[in-house]
Amino acid sequence: MLPLVSSLRRLNVLVFSILALLQATANAQLTIEITGAGGNRIPVAIADFGGEASAGRVVTSVIRGDLERSGLFRMIDTGGVALSEASAPAFDEWRSRGADALAAGSIGESADGRKEARFRLYDVNKASALAGSAFVTSKPMLRAAGHRIADIIYEKLTGEPGIFSTRIAYVVKVSSTRYELHIADADGQNEQVALISKEPIISPSWSPDGTRLAYVSFENKKPVVYVHSLASGKRIVVANFKGSNSAPAWSPDGRKLAVVLSKDGGSQIFTVNADGSGVQRLTSSPAINTEPAFSPDGQSVYFTSDQGGSPQIYRIAAGGGEAQRVSFEGSYNVTPRLSPDGKSMAFISRREGSFRLSVMDLANKQVQVLTDSHKDESPTFAPNGRMILIATEQGGRGVLSAVSIDGRIKQRLSVSAGDVREPAWGPFNK
Amino acid sequence: MKQLLIPAVLALLLAACGSTPESPDSGGGAPVESRGAPGSVTTVTTGGVESRGLPAVLTDPKSILSKRSVYFDFDSYEVKAEYKDLVTAHAKFLNDNRQFKMLIQGNTDERGSREYNLALGQKRADAIKRMLALLGVREDQIESVSLGEEKPKDEGHNETAWAQNRRGDMLYSGEF
Repeated sequence: MLPLVSSLRRLNVLVFSILALLQATANAQLTIEITGAGGNRIPVAIADFGGEASAGRVVTSVIRGDLERSGLFRMIDTGGVALSEASAPAFDEWRSRGADALAAGSIGESADGRKEARFRLYDVNKASALAGSAFVTSKPMLRAAGHRIADIIYEKLTGEPGIFSTRIAYVVKVSSTRYELHIADADGQNEQVALISKEPIISPSWSPDGTRLAYVSFENKKPVVYVHSLASGKRIVVANFKGSNSAPAWSPDGRKLAVVLSKDGGSQIFTVNADGSGVQRLTSSPAINTEPAFSPDGQSVYFTSDQGGSPQIYRIAAGGGEAQRVSFEGSYNVTPRLSPDGKSMAFISRREGSFRLSVMDLANKQVQVLTDSHKDESPTFAPNGRMILIATEQGGRGVLSAVSIDGRIKQRLSVSAGDVREPAWGPFNK
Repeated sequence: MKQLLIPAVLALLLAACGSTPESPDSGGGAPVESRGAPGSVTTVTTGGVESRGLPAVLTDPKSILSKRSVYFDFDSYEVKAEYKDLVTAHAKFLNDNRQFKMLIQGNTDERGSREYNLALGQKRADAIKRMLALLGVREDQIESVSLGEEKPKDEGHNETAWAQNRRGDMLYSGEF
């Protein structure tokens, strides 16, 4: 697939793809495609960085790609002019090109042979610097440096933290006898395989510190909950009771997990310490209670229950008590996920026979259906709360799609081989 | 027209990335907080479960015990009358052979949430387990679990496939 060339101004639809240059790792490369973008995008010029040209191209292309993909920025043509952070920009000229903001920088070599990425961001209209920074990096880490610079630009220009340096996890069904748990950068690059199994893997959930993933693995012919340390590959069994063990969700302090166990009959929500000790039952209705999700303040657990006859979303105090019903519209509302600010809830709602990503404003219970797709599942918020990543289906294959919380920006991520499903967006990279 | 070709260069190795935030010069913009590089990931491959041989009575196609599947109606979690003989035969085998253990795996079709379907599959497995228990099978011989929609017998996306996947399977130790 070749990158598409499109006119931003006329189409207001932007489609591009990122392809791996290296054949060796191209087997499961993610392609990202954007359909639809925000209305009032900030015009930004990212000048070609000075210094080492090839390294500069990597960094500037990462910055441009990140900002462009967010749907919040419009890239201003820079005419191929290299501009380092040390040179004085001709603000009048950038103003006439329509740029509100301009970034310039350079890649140099530090004394110990490592790379140094420097940049500065300017407010073109005020002709003043907004931000500047330098990172000591290395050749393999140039992309990471680009993501960090994009995060700084994003934050300076939108007032919200950027998520370009975060990571995502997802499951690839390569075949019916090969399942892989992958970790990639938020732009789908730098994909790494954390787990390979002959049996399914579902429900990955990042620990709040971003070092571990909890998930359900069927490698023992039944669902068992594991916590997997990504750097070391060390895995611990958190819940392997008689019956099914599933749906792990971390408490915000990272000490506990809510899990669903069938050991006492039916499917009930329990909490368990992250090392597998201290199992306590949370829900007690005779119905199905599953898909727990802690509120960001740790005070409540949202979950799916059929206690009212159809699957609906309920909330219970994290210490237990009476459950309160949260969703009312329609006969199938499942998979609650709270926004990082705790003010809204993403979930999947069945509408006209299709499963669609929806968002509820928890203050006024207003529901907005964000997609017109057929088979959305597993919503997961970006840590800045701007986008929701979901699994959906396109042409009979599982793909990932990121949707802005107002539904206006949609990005699609797909791997070239296999079904992709079960996304989980990691926390800010501290 | 504007070309948006993004040359992607993959990091082959994730070396540690030291970050030294500093201003480019004395009059520069705000320094940025240091953030750690994304760590490397170690790949783990899971072990499998070894199969063992079973007595012929459980595998002989002429024996009712070679049949292991109970199919359910849409949105139903009750063992239908047509499967009574099958479940009863397995109950008798388990009662006569107390050293045997059974894993009952409940399954659902692909529609809806994976975790909710896991809970629905559990209801199907539990229904079979309850019936076996009523027929005298000891609690420690049977375990009911769910595979939800994860292991479809028929990978199709139509009613015929879904009917195949609304199912409970009875497996003996050695088969799982």
